[in-house]
Amino acid sequence: MSKPRYERPVLIRHEAGLMNKFGRVQALRPLTEIDGAAVDELVAAYGSPLFVFSERTLVERARELKEAFARRWPRVRLAWSYKTNYLGGICRIFHREGAFAEVVSDFEYDKALGLGVPPDHIHWNGPYKTDAALTRALAGGAIVHLDHFDELAAAERIAERLDLRPSVALRISLSVEGVPEWSRFGFHLESGQARDAVARLVAGNRLELVGLHCHLGTFIADVRAYGEQARKLARLANEIRERHGVRLGFIDIGGGFASHNTLKEQYLPGTQATPPFSRYAEAVIEGLCELTCPAREQPLLVLETGRALVDDAGTLIATVHANKRLPDGRRGVVLDAGVNVLFTAFWYRHDVVPCQETHGTPEPTVLFGPLCMNIDVIRDSLLLPPLQVGDRIALRNCGAYNVTQWMQFITYRPAVVLVGDGGRHALLRRCETLDDVVGPEQTPPWL
Amino acid sequence: MGATDKLKDLALSESGFVFDPYTGSTFSANDTGRKILDGLRRGLDRDAIAAELRQGWDGVPDDLGRDIDDFVLLLRRQHLLPPDFSL
Amino acid sequence: MDGERLTIAVTGLNATDNPGPGVAVIRALREAPGFAGRIVGLAYDTLEPGIYARDLVPDVFLLPYPSQGIEALEARLRYIHGRIPLDAVIPTLDSELPSFIALEGTLSELGIGTFLPTREQFDLRAKAGLPALGERAGILVPASRVVTDVEALYGIHREIPYPLYVKGLFYGAALACSVDEAVQAFHRVVAQWGLPVIVQTRVDGEELDVVALGDGRGGLVGALPMRKTWLTDKGKGWAGVAIRDPELEAMAVRFMAATRWRGPCELEVMRDRQDRYHLLEVNPRFPAWVYLAAGAGLNLPWATALLATGREPPPLGPHRVGTMFVRISLDQIADIADFERMATAGELGGGGRTG
Repeated sequence: MSKPRYERPVLIRHEAGLMNKFGRVQALRPLTEIDGAAVDELVAAYGSPLFVFSERTLVERARELKEAFARRWPRVRLAWSYKTNYLGGICRIFHREGAFAEVVSDFEYDKALGLGVPPDHIHWNGPYKTDAALTRALAGGAIVHLDHFDELAAAERIAERLDLRPSVALRISLSVEGVPEWSRFGFHLESGQARDAVARLVAGNRLELVGLHCHLGTFIADVRAYGEQARKLARLANEIRERHGVRLGFIDIGGGFASHNTLKEQYLPGTQATPPFSRYAEAVIEGLCELTCPAREQPLLVLETGRALVDDAGTLIATVHANKRLPDGRRGVVLDAGVNVLFTAFWYRHDVVPCQETHGTPEPTVLFGPLCMNIDVIRDSLLLPPLQVGDRIALRNCGAYNVTQWMQFITYRPAVVLVGDGGRHALLRRCETLDDVVGPEQTPPWL
Repeated sequence: MGATDKLKDLALSESGFVFDPYTGSTFSANDTGRKILDGLRRGLDRDAIAAELRQGWDGVPDDLGRDIDDFVLLLRRQHLLPPDFSL
Repeated sequence: MDGERLTIAVTGLNATDNPGPGVAVIRALREAPGFAGRIVGLAYDTLEPGIYARDLVPDVFLLPYPSQGIEALEARLRYIHGRIPLDAVIPTLDSELPSFIALEGTLSELGIGTFLPTREQFDLRAKAGLPALGERAGILVPASRVVTDVEALYGIHREIPYPLYVKGLFYGAALACSVDEAVQAFHRVVAQWGLPVIVQTRVDGEELDVVALGDGRGGLVGALPMRKTWLTDKGKGWAGVAIRDPELEAMAVRFMAATRWRGPCELEVMRDRQDRYHLLEVNPRFPAWVYLAAGAGLNLPWATALLATGREPPPLGPHRVGTMFVRISLDQIADIADFERMATAGELGGGGRTG
């Protein structure tokens, strides 16, 4: 008779509210491959930790979004939110799907131009555009979204200097129940500032008002908020048409749709709490139906969805470096990836899946990163089966913001790969080297 | 009361269910945990417990002693062994 | 008469001082003259009291918590269905409904019937969306605000005067008489149920309740109005009486017509001093006092079981006005061996017998 396979010994105290052995880890199959590329093979080729993006998921999400809106509104544009993930390869996939670029800085503008995006396919947002940047953008024909009165005045000065009549949009901030108000950006609607801005822009007669833009906030899972936002923008557009005779070319509802991630303060996991794109679309279009212009003059609907498109496509593979027993009885696992690369661990409970078959009783486990800092915690408590040194785990829904907000702190930032059709894979960004980090350094001559 | 006397009074079932009659606390141990508990109750030392684990299971790691010590730490933490107990 | 030999699984065995509805639903099913089947209890924690009511619930299985996601729930339900083939499942807890709704198609393929609202209906009645629903259905709803930031509470009195209720998305409500209490309640609610939090005007008056079953086509299968006659210190009804209130029944009809609600629900209503009816909350499942409905001749759990298995329930009602419920707490004696089975195997009973 063959002997049973050894499992690490555990003793778990029964406590009310914690007495349930049927968790998701037991029901989950290990993640051994991503779209046909074996995790082991990827790590052997590119090292660990490793960000892996699925081209299929990116394309599917982009098309799902486009179709959800295009089915309900005649003209829809996606402007890819560069800040969410501006790796060239990722941006190229969205541009291939027909997306414009949405940028918020000089750097991102250059990046988009470098990827071959024509200036008039770039929406430029944000509260900080230097005169030099604004000059380039307006001269080039980018679609500039004005954020405040000083910027409006600067744009007028530049237009006059260049003898141009550039097309611009106004960023509007407005209040919607249940969503913390981002009133620091744009012209405030309810206080009358937005109307003043329109009147001022029209009276100045130097700029062409072609659009309204509003970005409500981030990770908004309540679709009604978008219905309310669209309704308010539609009413403002009606008013602008009536009062100033301005026919708007587009209404841009910004981004902020929730991905399938789970916020720390969320009870249900994102897979249950996050609405599908179709429900966002229904709400938005219901709001836009308040537009009174003739059907053929209906403005284009611009979406700046970022997170909800790219988050689900990104997975971080990490390797178990050590196991330890914490004084409170929980198991601690030290990984080679910490908050330095997985910045979003500060606000998400990232989904964790082992990448190989596991054996043994799940125990409350804390996942630590490799940094010598107490805050380097990837998940603060979850049930996981025993993991051996060298085992791999996958942290899912890591595609948004991590490869833009990650930190170069005490170590190199890891490689990022794309998995395409049939499991083929290639680098989107190689692992950093010492030269990448010290390259920009200079030594003062007296040292 | 000897160091492992309290362990001898535990109700320990085939399923790994452990009942501490002194405190009313209950626990679940897996098979290897149950084996170590059983060994401690019989007064076995670290090597003897390790030998029984090696005999009963496949794929036992080389540093088995560490798993046993870790389990003893859990027992100490649950007050099933005195705080100064070590194998 | 030979009854229907159905095997029905029911959740919500947490019959604590703030009870889940499972035990009441099971008692109602067992008393239906048409029922001659088997009950399977589904629990989330080893100490849910209903597990140890062995005469009511001989077979019990643990389910993974809703926060563990749909895949885990599906895997577990497949396992249970393999052990005891289920004809229908009646979930009774708010927090588990999104997963059961998401699994409706899968369960149906397995031959497990459900009779649940759609996800759209479920979201429509969410506390945050109640004012909009009230407007659509022509039902008065107390002013409320959705709050995601504790800062918002400092100015809330300009819209909603104190005292006011601070409510969680799924459960939990605390009355606050001052900013300090509201802030404290906010943090307590967020810690347990997450964001957002709903702040609602308090309406004074008489607390009424309706348990109702919608047919999913805009019609009402049956509704039982009740007045709470005794409240616990937590504000839970501990005794109540079935009443005849055409206004309340009309509200249930309007609600069904406006939402095309499918499945059970509870409408919590306040009748103010001017005899106006305010809809405080819609719970998307049976209330814990639903046994009163069976006792008053309106066995809505049984009708739900029939609808879930594709059967037409016999015409219901009228209910016996004046039927009362008076809740009792009693201590069951449990065998530690049963606790052991739940703690180690996650199930109790589960043998091959039927009936």
